[in-house]
Amino acid sequence: METVIEIRDLKKNFGDNHVLNGFNLVLHKGENLVVMGKSGSGKSVMIKCLVGLIHPDSGYISVLGKEINLLDQEDLDDLRVDIGFLFQGSALYDSMTVRENLEFPLRRHKKRLGVVKDTTPLIVEALENVDLADAIDLMPEELSGGMKRRVALARTLILRPKIILYDEPTSGLDPITSKGIIELMRSIQKKYGTSSLIITHDVDCARVISERMILLVDGINYAQGSYEELNRNEDPKVQAFFKK
Amino acid sequence: MYAGRKLGSGMTWFNGIYKNIRKFLIEVGDISFFAGRYFRELVHPPYEWKELLRQCYQVGNRSLVLVVVTGFIIGLVLTLQSRPTLIEFGAESWMPNMVGISIVRELGPVITALVCAGRIASGIGAELGSMRVTEQIDAMEVSGTNPFKYLVVTRVLATTLMLPLLVILADVMALYGSALIEFFKGDVSFRLYFNKVFDALGYGDLIPATIKSFFFGFAIGLVGCYKGYYSKKGTAGVGLAANSAVVFTSMLLFILDFIAVFVADIFYEL
Repeated sequence: METVIEIRDLKKNFGDNHVLNGFNLVLHKGENLVVMGKSGSGKSVMIKCLVGLIHPDSGYISVLGKEINLLDQEDLDDLRVDIGFLFQGSALYDSMTVRENLEFPLRRHKKRLGVVKDTTPLIVEALENVDLADAIDLMPEELSGGMKRRVALARTLILRPKIILYDEPTSGLDPITSKGIIELMRSIQKKYGTSSLIITHDVDCARVISERMILLVDGINYAQGSYEELNRNEDPKVQAFFKK
Repeated sequence: MYAGRKLGSGMTWFNGIYKNIRKFLIEVGDISFFAGRYFRELVHPPYEWKELLRQCYQVGNRSLVLVVVTGFIIGLVLTLQSRPTLIEFGAESWMPNMVGISIVRELGPVITALVCAGRIASGIGAELGSMRVTEQIDAMEVSGTNPFKYLVVTRVLATTLMLPLLVILADVMALYGSALIEFFKGDVSFRLYFNKVFDALGYGDLIPATIKSFFFGFAIGLVGCYKGYYSKKGTAGVGLAANSAVVFTSMLLFILDFIAVFVADIFYEL
């Protein structure tokens, strides 16, 4: 199986706080991999290291065959086009309309996507994928939490990434909206054949979407396997994730 | 025991001052690096013209009313306060000269810059701080766009270009305010008043004032952006970014003003 992301022995400290202590991960092409961990366990730090938002203290990170730490800014920006990132709080630009939010990532990469002038068809297509074509001229403040997450997903999709990183995609949403977002993630993965790395502490989300799971405890991959395998694991630290 | 306690409190006091000075110098160093990055990004394409125009409009629009009102009132107050003294010395006819020079050389640029520091630097600090906290800046970065160029370069350039225009507007309004008082109290026509003002003013007054206005604008944009761009996480971080942007900018403006006056003075003596 082709590897799209590889992390080896990743370490990151913030002062005396040792967040990642040698974390390892491999994501294969077309796979849905869930990383679960408690709040503050370093999940978001790990995912931000992947896109160069945080620099690790040591370790090897390779995305689509390129080692992140060795890339200059221009090459990193080019690689980032292949990596979609759905932020925990959606991170929509609040001074821009939905259309402008989706147009923004296109500004530098129009040529690559073959868009000469009019970006509207691309934006409409991305919004149709998340069932929000009617919201094109709304401001983020006019959208509900679930709608914001969908628009953010549409913005992530517009550059047609090969990998999508989801940072707590269902956090702060009610169960019904969460279910809708999970369904959307699955349909997008089916339609575009993207590889997904999902960071969550939502067991239901992990159960539905994961093909493989990693439990991040004390800065390392404490346990890994399918949802069913981990659910059967009797280790108290593993069971702590699955107890309701 | 008593002496030890005194010495102890003295050391604490000294340590406090040492820490504050160290913190201030580190901050100055960080802002210098930030300024260096600004100049590097400024000259390298792509250029964000559309955003620059939008920011120029925002900066001008945000402060226009405030600058007009402040300028006008300063002209009124300065004239009202100075009149009795000038009358006492029989120098009432020197009022336009005195007001013109003091407004154009010093009061116009400094007060406009301080007003804009409160309005623009805090606004930029809060806006960028909020974008940092809600991960909007990170979202820009992962989409392959340079957020520094889009957010910082455009704002700093906009304040640098717009502040001199706001200063000119404030100067004009202050002179109108002063002329109004002279018209009603001193029976001086507007035409005569402005003729005397322009007679009193030379390039030596206008050029240094305009040059320092550019520096003031640069300082306002730079500190506002720096504080917002590197604001700490959480809503408290946004408030702190806005607040410290105003405090630091105001202090910096006085330092810059002193340097500008000092340098201009050297040229006057030559």
